[in-house]
Amino acid sequence: MSGIPHDHYEPKTNAEKWLHSRLPIVGLIYDTIMIPTPKNLNWMWIWGIVLMFCLVLQIVTGIILAMHYTPHVDMAFASVEHIMRNVNGGHMLRYLHQNGAMLFFAAVYLHIFRGLYYGSYKTPREVTWIIGMLIYLAMMATAFMGYVLPWGQMSFWGATVITGLFGAIPGIGDALQTWLLGGPAVGNATLNRFFSLHYLLPFVIVGLVILHVWAFHNTGNNNPAGVDVRKTSKEEAEKDTLPFWPYFVIKDLFALVVVLLVFWMIVGFMPNFLGHADNYIEANPLVTPSHIVPEWYFLPFYAILRAFTSDVWVVIAANWISFGIIDATFFGVLAMFGSIFVMVLVPWLDTSSVRSGRFRPMFKWYFWLLIVDFFVLMWAGAMPAEGIYTTIALIGTAYWFGYFLVILPLLGVLEKPTAPPATIEEDFKATTRKSAGKGVAPEQIPAE
Amino acid sequence: MIRKLALSALTALSLAASPALAAGELGEITDYSFSFEGPFGSYDRAQIQRGLQVYTEACAACHGLQYVPFRTLTQESGPALSPDAMRAYAATFEVQDPVTGDWRPAGGPDHFPGSGMETAPDLSLMAKARIGFSGPYGLGINQLLYGIGGPEYIASFLAGFDGREEMQAGTMFYYNTAYDGWVSMAPVLWEDGVEYADGTPATIEQQAQDVAAFLMWAAEPKLAERKKWGFIGSLFLVLLASLLYLTNKRLWAPVKKQAKQG
Repeated sequence: MSGIPHDHYEPKTNAEKWLHSRLPIVGLIYDTIMIPTPKNLNWMWIWGIVLMFCLVLQIVTGIILAMHYTPHVDMAFASVEHIMRNVNGGHMLRYLHQNGAMLFFAAVYLHIFRGLYYGSYKTPREVTWIIGMLIYLAMMATAFMGYVLPWGQMSFWGATVITGLFGAIPGIGDALQTWLLGGPAVGNATLNRFFSLHYLLPFVIVGLVILHVWAFHNTGNNNPAGVDVRKTSKEEAEKDTLPFWPYFVIKDLFALVVVLLVFWMIVGFMPNFLGHADNYIEANPLVTPSHIVPEWYFLPFYAILRAFTSDVWVVIAANWISFGIIDATFFGVLAMFGSIFVMVLVPWLDTSSVRSGRFRPMFKWYFWLLIVDFFVLMWAGAMPAEGIYTTIALIGTAYWFGYFLVILPLLGVLEKPTAPPATIEEDFKATTRKSAGKGVAPEQIPAE
Repeated sequence: MIRKLALSALTALSLAASPALAAGELGEITDYSFSFEGPFGSYDRAQIQRGLQVYTEACAACHGLQYVPFRTLTQESGPALSPDAMRAYAATFEVQDPVTGDWRPAGGPDHFPGSGMETAPDLSLMAKARIGFSGPYGLGINQLLYGIGGPEYIASFLAGFDGREEMQAGTMFYYNTAYDGWVSMAPVLWEDGVEYADGTPATIEQQAQDVAAFLMWAAEPKLAERKKWGFIGSLFLVLLASLLYLTNKRLWAPVKKQAKQG
């Protein structure tokens, strides 16, 4: 795999040869584990392993929780309390699953922004990037439906608000919403289908993850320098790379354990830190919470959804052009999905010939501003949709779209990048030597 | 390298911190110091028992604890009643038998009755369903040391009646400083309203804190077990991280050495 010259699995014993000629599975595993990996990967390249761990954790804890959970509007809330109080280790399983979803999203955001900074989406890794975006979408759907299952107040009202978005689609909206919910409002049919899909989607994610890993094993990893591994000969390739096992497996495991330490302390000492108190009140269709907010990982996109009110000029213009079909709510829905869609398109929106942001002096500033923008949107999403907050959300939204649709295409033309190192070997030597001295930017320190 | 990891962890934390921002407006919440706060805090058995007494005498007439089984009152890290005392206590409640449908005195496997009054919410999870505070800056991180704030809210609420009353549309309302508004629940705690067996002076604040502690136990009975696992797991992960750090350092040493020389 990966087009990088390296040793392949050679079956030695007769038994190995027998199996290899029938099913080359050992060879497949060998090539996957021994993939030549750029030496200079830094600590932002660990989130893939963390994500892999999260997926397994969520599936394992989720399957056990499903053994004790009852998807019925009259029993769901009580069955979660049954898990918390009576099932052996149930409280730990449930807190692990609940906080595991949050670790999953924290890791996926760091993983995505790492890709955006180092240009991991650029040719030839567009397919890896797009599959990654599909995984992210599947994660969002899974997390949203999972949050409905405990049947607390925020579960119920979150589901009502989010499924209501589909109702905003002109013409077919109402029919579509009723079809999705299985009735005129969020009820038992909704809870049952969400449980079913919440169980199904993680396995779809497993399939997509296999494709994601396959895709980047075919192109080889990107790296902080953004230059390609030399592929002309095995000797040269070996100067640029090290096999994944043991060098990167051990490095990634170390990082994973450090991340898990923080995670475990949250689960053990403050498991409700990231949850919402209202979800400990059983769902009540007659009482609307004063303030409906999604989980933190949806907040930036929730802010974009709510940023467009009917007095914003683009909404007025869209409304006029579409003869009133596109109203403020539908515009918000389009903007929310659009904000993710522009990320899908980023391989073609970024026109720069240099891959890594490290050698793009102007890009750096806009990139870090995008990170700030992400947090501002997250904060605005948690605030009530009124007064100054919608204005802030609108500015944040404008920058989000501006970054992808205007700044990235223009930067490729306007910016004069600095010269990247000629080879990964050179970059690795430079950063290793630097890190031996003092005062190095942490991002440039390669793995120890 | 450690710096980078610390930075990543911090980013992850701050990424995670926003939901608490969503906390609603609050009245005056006193940040009482409870024994079960912080990574090593645990329930104070005497306080939980006093709280059970206050619950029984002041709350149970209207409110319920439908998710709490009587048998859990024997829990060592909770009220730790003796099995006989638990059964005697349970028998003071009448429950409907799930099989025969007859009313009979409750036993260990039965749950506390639900709320007897339609407008009185069940209290099983109240300590986790209310936010007392969410600092600093709305990030909610200080709950690591000061607890989740729910018990503070309950105690402040029970001690927060300032004596103002008002008749609105035929119902009496009472002003509460913790809620920062009028509530239909009347004040239920009085100076020496209960008589504690352990001789603790039964001030309103004392009773309010005791019942809040009891309700925290009712909402989170596995707190002690969870913190124990939190501690054991953290120790294990620190050890594992140290070993992997050293393994990683040794593994990469020749590669780095070569890079520095070559």
